[in-house]
Amino acid sequence: MARGGIREKLRRSSLYTLANIRTKPSYRKEEAASEELSGYPRVIFVNQQTVSDDTPPPIFCTNYVSTTKYTLFNFLPIALFEQFNRVANFYFLVAAGLTFTDYAPFDWPSQVVPLALVVGFSLAKELYEDLQRHWQDMTANCQKATVHVGNGVFESKQWRDVCVGDIVKVKKDEFFPADLLLLQSSYEDGMSYVETMNLDGETNLKVKRALQNMSLPVVADDDKAVHFSDFRPTIRCENPNSNLYTFTGNLEYNGHIHPLDPAQLLLRDSKLRNTEYIYGVVVFTGNDTKVMQNTTQSPSKRSKIELQMDKIIYLLFGLLIFISIVSASGFGYVVRNLVPLWWYLMPEVPGEDFDINNFFVSGLRHLVTALMLYGYLVPISLYVSIEAVKILQARFINNDLHLYDEVTGVPANARTSNLNEQLGQVDTILSDKTGTLTCNQMDFLKCSIAGCPYGKRPSEVELAAAKQLKALDTHDEEASIGSLSDTTSLEAITITDDGNANKSQAIKGFSFQDDRLQNAKWLKEPNADVILLFFRILAVCHTAIPEISEKTGELTYEAESPDEGAFLVAAREFGFHFIKRTQNSVVVRERLSMDQEPVEKEYNILTLLDFTSKRKRMSVIIRDESGQILMFCKGADTIIFDRLADTGKQYLEATTKNLNDYGEAGLRTLALAYKKLEENEYSDWYEKFHKAQIASGSNREELLEELSDVMERGLTLVGATAVEDKLQKGVPECIDRLALAGLKIWVLTGDKMETAINIGFSCSLLRQGMTQICIVVSAEMLAEAAKHVIKENILSQITTAIQTIEDKKETRAAFALIIDGKTLTYALEDDMKFQFLNLAVNCASVICCRVSPKQKALVVRLVKEGTGRTTLGIGDGANDVGMIKEADIGIGISGVEGMQAVMASDFSIAQFRFLERLLIVHGHWCYKRISKMICYFFYKNITLALTLFYFEAETGFSGQMHYDDWYMLLYNVFLTSCPVLALGVLEKDICAEFCLQFPALYQQGPKNLFFDWYRIIGWLANGVYASFVIYIVNLRIFSPESFRKEGQTADMYVIGTAMFTSIIWVVNVQIFLVSHYLTQVQLHTIWGSIVVWYLIVYIYGMTPVDWSAGNIYHQLPEVLGPAYKFYLSTIFVTILCNMPYLIHISYQRCYNPEDHHVLQEMKNMKKDVTDTKMWKREQVKATQDTEIGLSARVDAKMRLMKGRTTRKYSSLAYSSS
Amino acid sequence: MDEALRTKPSSRKPKYSRFTQQELPAWKPILTPKWFITSFVTIAILFTPAGLLCLWASEHVVEIVDRYDDDCLPDSYATNPETFIQSKNTNKTCVRTLKIPRKMTAPIFIYYQLDNFYQNHRRYVKSRSEKQLRDPDDEDETDDCKPIENLNGNEGGPIVPCGLVAWSLFNDTYKFFKGNKVIDIDKKNIAWESDKKYKFGSEVYPKNFQKEGLIGGGQLDESKPLSEQENLIVWMKTAALPTFRKLYGRINTDLEANETITIVIQNNYNTYEFGGEKKVALSTANWIGGKNDFFGISFLAIGGVCFFVAITFILLYVFKPRPPGDPTYLSWNRNQPAQ
Repeated sequence: MARGGIREKLRRSSLYTLANIRTKPSYRKEEAASEELSGYPRVIFVNQQTVSDDTPPPIFCTNYVSTTKYTLFNFLPIALFEQFNRVANFYFLVAAGLTFTDYAPFDWPSQVVPLALVVGFSLAKELYEDLQRHWQDMTANCQKATVHVGNGVFESKQWRDVCVGDIVKVKKDEFFPADLLLLQSSYEDGMSYVETMNLDGETNLKVKRALQNMSLPVVADDDKAVHFSDFRPTIRCENPNSNLYTFTGNLEYNGHIHPLDPAQLLLRDSKLRNTEYIYGVVVFTGNDTKVMQNTTQSPSKRSKIELQMDKIIYLLFGLLIFISIVSASGFGYVVRNLVPLWWYLMPEVPGEDFDINNFFVSGLRHLVTALMLYGYLVPISLYVSIEAVKILQARFINNDLHLYDEVTGVPANARTSNLNEQLGQVDTILSDKTGTLTCNQMDFLKCSIAGCPYGKRPSEVELAAAKQLKALDTHDEEASIGSLSDTTSLEAITITDDGNANKSQAIKGFSFQDDRLQNAKWLKEPNADVILLFFRILAVCHTAIPEISEKTGELTYEAESPDEGAFLVAAREFGFHFIKRTQNSVVVRERLSMDQEPVEKEYNILTLLDFTSKRKRMSVIIRDESGQILMFCKGADTIIFDRLADTGKQYLEATTKNLNDYGEAGLRTLALAYKKLEENEYSDWYEKFHKAQIASGSNREELLEELSDVMERGLTLVGATAVEDKLQKGVPECIDRLALAGLKIWVLTGDKMETAINIGFSCSLLRQGMTQICIVVSAEMLAEAAKHVIKENILSQITTAIQTIEDKKETRAAFALIIDGKTLTYALEDDMKFQFLNLAVNCASVICCRVSPKQKALVVRLVKEGTGRTTLGIGDGANDVGMIKEADIGIGISGVEGMQAVMASDFSIAQFRFLERLLIVHGHWCYKRISKMICYFFYKNITLALTLFYFEAETGFSGQMHYDDWYMLLYNVFLTSCPVLALGVLEKDICAEFCLQFPALYQQGPKNLFFDWYRIIGWLANGVYASFVIYIVNLRIFSPESFRKEGQTADMYVIGTAMFTSIIWVVNVQIFLVSHYLTQVQLHTIWGSIVVWYLIVYIYGMTPVDWSAGNIYHQLPEVLGPAYKFYLSTIFVTILCNMPYLIHISYQRCYNPEDHHVLQEMKNMKKDVTDTKMWKREQVKATQDTEIGLSARVDAKMRLMKGRTTRKYSSLAYSSS
Repeated sequence: MDEALRTKPSSRKPKYSRFTQQELPAWKPILTPKWFITSFVTIAILFTPAGLLCLWASEHVVEIVDRYDDDCLPDSYATNPETFIQSKNTNKTCVRTLKIPRKMTAPIFIYYQLDNFYQNHRRYVKSRSEKQLRDPDDEDETDDCKPIENLNGNEGGPIVPCGLVAWSLFNDTYKFFKGNKVIDIDKKNIAWESDKKYKFGSEVYPKNFQKEGLIGGGQLDESKPLSEQENLIVWMKTAALPTFRKLYGRINTDLEANETITIVIQNNYNTYEFGGEKKVALSTANWIGGKNDFFGISFLAIGGVCFFVAITFILLYVFKPRPPGDPTYLSWNRNQPAQ
């Protein structure tokens, strides 16, 4: 709203300026013409703030970003509107208004006070939450940026004051304050490196280039920035849009028009890296920036339980209207037929209440009264109690030490407390990859050189699998058949790992361990020459830049991908230290043996063939010191293997085998190869290549592609690397537990397909033996074919895949669906998305790669709406924001990246692994608590409200209450609120350990066993029964004869108080029976409520008659207190009302126990300690069928092993012994 | 911007407390067969004697109820009882004879009982002024008393006590005779002490009461303050149900079994119009109050039910026990054939 307001103001001021500038019109006309010509709607006059007198810059939105829901002025109207948008609250508002009229069966405080309390509390909460958002916005808006203010002077300004057309200077490691057009960087050629982690989650640096052939008034010299004072080009470009990877426009300067493309666009929230500084022109600000355009409107999320609760409230409204109509017709009947005879009412005098001559109107008027009287059916304090409970539950989440990350010092944070119980009902998790599942830190772990595998340390996947196997072997005799020998070897692995964990973890990116290669021992290996070549390829074939850290003086590598960084670190550790890169050479310090001094060798780089996701390989052509021309090539194994010369296939078979093992171990692999080139062979090729390079035209890329392809053939295979994309701590285990709990996990990543698949392997979402269904459309087809052809192609792929799944249903085959972003664009279109979804839900795991932030959100929406299940989106970067907002529950990882994801999330946790506890423990508890609480709430209100109805029927439907107004007022807000709050906050059916040990318990939530209609109706029926018993028994006991020794009879309010006492006892004993976990808090609130009730009756009865209505004056000490019947009736009614429930739970306990019942008993009998064998067995069984996760992997492996005689792990056993 | 970076890690670590970690010590009762069988047996064991006790107490109460509205209507007025009751000239005296079935020990309470009289009707309940009843200075506070507020519109001044409740005061009178001897009826202390002391003023005297054309019920002695008009006080405690009994007075002498007593009734109160009934009741009372078999019977019934439930559970437990903590009852073991 604030934004709109500001924008509105600005538009008006711009009109005003236009009207006052004389010279303007002609200029504008010109401008308009050129706009038409260029076709770009957005015109930016750069650097014109100082001369705004004659050329006012077109007004764009400011750089102020606001995520708040309200502003100062609209808070009350909007917040109140939202409050009264809830049916129940609106009803109570109307009822409160009517209490000031004669229709009301009670005084105004009994309606107005609770309503004011309830709404006031909610408003305070809204206000507090919005203020927090506002403060967060302010910190973002008040960051400093260096902005050109004219005459070459740069000043520090707040982000929010940055305008379109400003020239901004951004220094290394700073964030861009808006979308900038790169003008100049500290590098001569205008290059700059940008980290876009917040946008797309990719950590590798992206290269941006300033316009090449535009002569700026400055050279790359910081001091001469003064020249910007005369730099006034005009930029025409496209309108703001959400596409991160496109940008078109042109820049007009000195009469030249330079075309612009995405390479010049620096996006807000990305970070300048590796470049001292840049200058840029602000193109898009505030909400026009690509980041903000990618933010989808954050929908207000409500949990499914609350939605269902609304339905119950409607049901109760239905009941309310029904009994009100019964009451009104009854009243009409009585007025017409009986009242005329009741002379003691003076029926002939018409009053506000009735008129015997017009029974119909009397009935209608009574309807209004009745609607208010039975309003107690709808618990006014329900919403507010639930909110209070949820806030406290959220505090538990925030304060849980198990969710606190010691390393980063970040605790979990429930940012909205609306969704606590939804955590217990999640069905599908949609996860980001980078930064969420992985740390995006690569570790060189293994390699295969000349067909011989090196590297003894097991990967995380292997370790986890080993642990799992061990666990199975020890505790499950059946499963251990045939795997004993494996156990020993796997144990060995575990031990080796533990022993070395400390010392070798020191080197980042290098976890390799094998004495055969380290410390120059590789010279003694049989294939030393091949090994040498292998290391050289690692050290030379890359695009990284070495950087000397200012603090330590150590070399670090700025690599485009973390894989390359790991290779270089590995090469360094093997004795091939890459130290310098010049324009056309690479210097490597090589140490060929332990005794020799290292030698510096310079490799002349002749040509570099870049890595692209399409080529999936990169090569360098070098000339070494001996003058030999060599081509080093690394790339995806399939690509390299296709390009091997017949003579180069010596190690192919062995390497392939090793690569399979690595893939199974969840490692990212690349194959390395080389080729010797003759001088003339190279020069011939280079001539053509160079020609293509300088050529311009549409087919330039194609030509280069072709030429590279020609060169990269006839290779000789050297070996393969296996790099571990370090998963975050505990990720595979967490995924496993979540999978066992029956959750489905989808991965949505911006990464390449291969990377995604590798990670899929390492976190056990994929495994060997799983059929991978890849839905891909080839690049050629995308480029050439018409849209409907592409779509048909995709559709046929999908249908075939579904058919395959159908066919193999019996064989327990597992399927994994892998789809890339481009294809997804089509698959997500309306006419195809359900086929796609149908396929996806039939697959054990789904991986979507190369997806844009918006697509992530779309996928989430598809799952959410298509399956109707609860979805959870988890991610860490700004690219996940859409997904987080769209999902039923959004979880942000508050890790190293920016805070965008966290800001948009409903819950934030420090690490993915905390998700397990958050869902399985907190989610489960919150779900149970809230559902118990809501059921009980409805029960207690029905119990009260129906007694009013019965009584009213006895009063000729006249709307008389037998309770004092104050009883009614206090009932919901005071007398029965504390125990139910305590229940909602503290109740636990099962302790945290058991929740974690028996993941199947979680399914109670997604299956909604505790808040289904069966249970709800049961509770409502219980309320009806209780109200009936309370009413009938009390009346019959107290009337008509004397109720005490002194002979007096009971009047209306005596019976009312006795009845109300019964209600208080009944509902409190009921909540006692409902609870399983009774801390002092619950016990005190329950008994406290009862005691307080007597105190209130006593004290209220003692207040002077002037203050109270006098209905219950001195009632407790004088009238009821001495009557034995009063106490007997309370006991009798309490027991009678709770008996059906007690019988029900006794029977259920006895013959139809639920899982948590049995587990409670086991815990009570200490079976978890005494019968560990059974305990473990049940834990294993307490899982859902799943095809993903470590356990499934181990399962599959077991099945495989039973059928095979060769031992899968024999090679491992060998290497570890 | 990034709060996580600004604050030191240690300061954000949640503090340990048993409450925040949800580790509060708690009583975790488990409803084992032992427990619920015990509780049902206990209820049965407690309720049965309680029921017997109540029945026994109720049995000791002697109660005589006599409906007289029909019989006290002369046959000549049988078709138009209203004329009879509204006429000032008809003889409304009526004599009833009752036989005491069992010995009634003093105090013996005399009640009048009305049926089908809606003292709980909202218009009726509301039509009174607590302030006027209490304080002579507030005699004009008659707004709540509609439609019996002031005499002759507003001119005659307020009616004290105003309102329908007071206006419809029950005015049948009873005189008790044993043979020819009058039995004294004690009409003092039949109202609650607090009412007399605080709610009905000792300086508030009836005024303009029943002076208007339409006369509802009984008259009040204008020389006595309201706090002493106990029959009014009792009447003004409105009853919960259309059938109710109110205390008329007390007989402080014993009545022996088989004695015959005569009640001379002044049958003034009009129940004929709305088809109500009038009864006079004599009853003793003990700790349980008046005669009430319902209470005892329900105690016994529920005790019996509990006993039955307990037996059923015991039988079920004996013949088809479920060992506590038996894993075969876990859902994952039940849904699939045992492995």
